[in-house]
Amino acid sequence: MDEKIVLQANKICKSFHDPVDVQILKDITFSIKKGEFVSITGKSGCGKSTLLYILSTMDTDYEGELLLDQEVMRGRNEKQLARIRNEKIGFVFQFHYLLNEFTAVENVMLPGLKLGAFPEKEVREHAMEHLNKLNIGKLAEKKANQLSGGEKQRVAIARALINNPDIIMCDEPTGNLDKANSLIVFDIFKKLTEESHQTLLVVTHDLEFAKNTQRIIEMDDGRIIKQ
Amino acid sequence: MKLRLIFRIARSLLLARWKQTLLAAIGVTFGITMFIALLSFMAGLNDLLDGIMLNRTAHIRIFNEIKPNIHQPINTSAEFKDSYNFIRSVKSGSSRQEIYNSGAIMHALRKDERVAGIAPKITAPVFFADGSVDITGIISGIDVQAESSLFHFSDYVMAGNPLDINNIPNSIILGKGLAEKLMAGIGDVIQITTVQQEQFPLKVVGLYESGIQELDKVQSYASFSTTQKVIGKPNDYVTDIQVKLKDISKAPAIAKEYAQLFQTDAEDIQTANAQFETGSFIRTLISYSVGITLLIVAGFGIYNILNMMIYEKMDSIAILKAIGFSGADVNHIFLVIALSIGIVGGLLGILFGFLFSLVIDQIPFVTASLPTVRTYPINYNPVFYFIGSAFSIVTTYLAGWAPARKASKIDPVIIIRGK
Repeated sequence: MDEKIVLQANKICKSFHDPVDVQILKDITFSIKKGEFVSITGKSGCGKSTLLYILSTMDTDYEGELLLDQEVMRGRNEKQLARIRNEKIGFVFQFHYLLNEFTAVENVMLPGLKLGAFPEKEVREHAMEHLNKLNIGKLAEKKANQLSGGEKQRVAIARALINNPDIIMCDEPTGNLDKANSLIVFDIFKKLTEESHQTLLVVTHDLEFAKNTQRIIEMDDGRIIKQ
Repeated sequence: MKLRLIFRIARSLLLARWKQTLLAAIGVTFGITMFIALLSFMAGLNDLLDGIMLNRTAHIRIFNEIKPNIHQPINTSAEFKDSYNFIRSVKSGSSRQEIYNSGAIMHALRKDERVAGIAPKITAPVFFADGSVDITGIISGIDVQAESSLFHFSDYVMAGNPLDINNIPNSIILGKGLAEKLMAGIGDVIQITTVQQEQFPLKVVGLYESGIQELDKVQSYASFSTTQKVIGKPNDYVTDIQVKLKDISKAPAIAKEYAQLFQTDAEDIQTANAQFETGSFIRTLISYSVGITLLIVAGFGIYNILNMMIYEKMDSIAILKAIGFSGADVNHIFLVIALSIGIVGGLLGILFGFLFSLVIDQIPFVTASLPTVRTYPINYNPVFYFIGSAFSIVTTYLAGWAPARKASKIDPVIIIRGK
């Protein structure tokens, strides 16, 4: 079961054309199996964030081949890609990006409501389960802008989990957090992989964080130099 | 489910900026309120102005024009059949003002389904004696009941009871201007002289004010029998038959038909009063253009506010897209926002428009020429309310369309990377 490949990148290249042609990513090829906790590290500007946006299907302007859950992503329209992001990918960003108009639990529920696989009552129950698991159940009814940075990031993780995604992608999840909160977040990730076999892909320049993951992909100047 | 979610997100975004939302809705409300109040008021005024003339004008007037006979003997003579005959100074000698066979015509008209009612009339030119001076004027012999029910005659009798001309023998209702010239009041007896130089005393039982001063200076009314007596004609003498139709727009066609059928002259209201229609049309056009301008201005208000909201909510839009909302979903969210502003603003506008109309309807408006009007006129035509609500929705939809499209095109990568 662990051998199932969740994400596969084949020779992904990307160039920016403005103002001059610059190749950002060169022949990126790797794959992630189910249950793996992978980190991508590298210096600032080495293209790791760009790679993440391509892997997350939000950026469609690239060459090469991307397979999520053994399905080719190229040639799908914007609506289909949105559906895939909703169903198969969970996101955690550096800046927590919660919707301030909603409470914590509603923020978690949003992707679930969008997917519409369960009635609202069940989605709420699932959301509460996730929040409780992350020790922030008591903050559920607070508005997103009343939470601290660490709390927000945990709400964002709960939101990423709500649809039981194949993979959770994180862009510098601890980049904006203090040491204590970074540790909490890391522990959560660790627990997720160990207990629920959740696949995780984390982009970070925090080497200490990366060191503790199962597998490190190191990038430099648009290439993978070590995995 | 999906629609409910979109409505929910739209509502949250709206409530998060409720002051802006309120401002946008007030813009629409104001536009619709003014649109409805303005159109109701203008339409009311239009009806009033038209009413001055049209209420008292027959839709078709059947009469006999005094003119030379077109069938001259020389034209029927076989000898001159192929020549072109010039006849000079033809007199209309044998022509009479009276409608021939008026009883049968009236009987036929009353049976016609398209006719709402008829009122026969006698027009008799007379002189009113004012000391040694004679004032020229007209006595119209009328059927008071028919005239009142069809042409609102009793509304314009400002003093006295119009029915008295039937009840009191040899009585007359004078035009206001005429009564002032003769210095006659109700109960006074005035002397008239007919064209045939016969003197006749008549008792004043009422005063009439039409709103058209020139008319009030010459016009007076008496009963049929009184008028026939004054000019010495038999009791089947009728000079005009005024016809009111159920549908005024058919008047020209029916007038032509009657002229043919009864071998007499028939004039329709559209031909007689063409300038009124033009006036009404122009006034309506002006009020619609002002009203629609108001709504378009309100639409731009919504456009601005939605645009601002999109700039503020860039992050939220990016995150919605990242967690699986498609461009179409985002587009729908902003369209729902725009349309809710339009619908709420529009409904309030309709309510306030109605209330505003009620207020205008209470403002006193007294003018000598319009004796029956006490307050400013309002036309409560539901069509205005319908147009107002339809237009509020269309304007807000169009105002929301471009910003919503812009929102749906936002690339989440650019927003997230830009941080």
